[in-house]
Amino acid sequence: MTAKISYDEVEAGTELPAQTFPVSRATLVQYAGASGDFNPIHWNEKFAKEVGLPDVIAHGMFTMAEAIRVVTDWAGDPGAVAEYGVRFTKPVVVPDDETGALIEVSAKVAAKLDDDDRTVRVDLTAMSAGQKVLGMSRAVVRLA
Amino acid sequence: MALDQSFVGRTYPPTDPYEVGREKIREFAEAIGDTNPAYTDAEAAKALGHSDVIAPPTFVFAITFKAAGQVIEDPQLGLDYSRVVHGDQKFAYTRPVRSGDRLSVTSTIEAIKTMAGNDIIDIRGEVHDEAGEHVVTAFTKLVARAAQEA
Repeated sequence: MTAKISYDEVEAGTELPAQTFPVSRATLVQYAGASGDFNPIHWNEKFAKEVGLPDVIAHGMFTMAEAIRVVTDWAGDPGAVAEYGVRFTKPVVVPDDETGALIEVSAKVAAKLDDDDRTVRVDLTAMSAGQKVLGMSRAVVRLA
Repeated sequence: MALDQSFVGRTYPPTDPYEVGREKIREFAEAIGDTNPAYTDAEAAKALGHSDVIAPPTFVFAITFKAAGQVIEDPQLGLDYSRVVHGDQKFAYTRPVRSGDRLSVTSTIEAIKTMAGNDIIDIRGEVHDEAGEHVVTAFTKLVARAAQEA
């Protein structure tokens, strides 16, 4: 496994390049097909509203998949991710228009964990429409 | 109604192997808009030290969640799936999932709690390859929201 970033080059507080990921209704249909999660709250507005949601919402696992891209793009090798966990705190509401929603992800190295394993803990923040959509969002990454 | 605590610790039989296909990985990477070549180009993956294209970190959820269906749909447990939302998700990887893997999942109920009328269930899915080597463990927390009083 070959991460691009060297353990020796990062310190607690090092910020990863932030990214913004657009999500439209078409994105959700495509993700439903790829993931096999066809829950209608992710594509059927009438159904979503009947169960008390404001509108169609993104799959939590879609948001989780986008957020870790900030880490895998930084590390270079997606196989460098040793652990990854999130709490789904708020849904990403996806309106039926041309722009859809945005998932804004920032991340920083919270701690260097193990000098021998060369692992760091990265804390992620994922926002949409001004609300934090993932909580306790953390990854452990093995660096070069 | 609170779920039966005696289900804590119950382990379900391993699932039939799921064969990870190169095109399925590509489809998933395209769906999340991730152009990392390690997902689609075997040479790029090999340059990183992998034997074939690898899957994005969250790809395996489709496999572990299907396996968790054994628990969710266990009629003896009696979880009301129409009220279930995904609370937390965590993965601990020994290695990335890669094309050609034949993966089976062993699901265990780790905890059952009731808080403010909500049933909360923690399911651990251990994913092994065909050689029996550990690949990843998925920790899934599901919350069955309390039914509204009529």
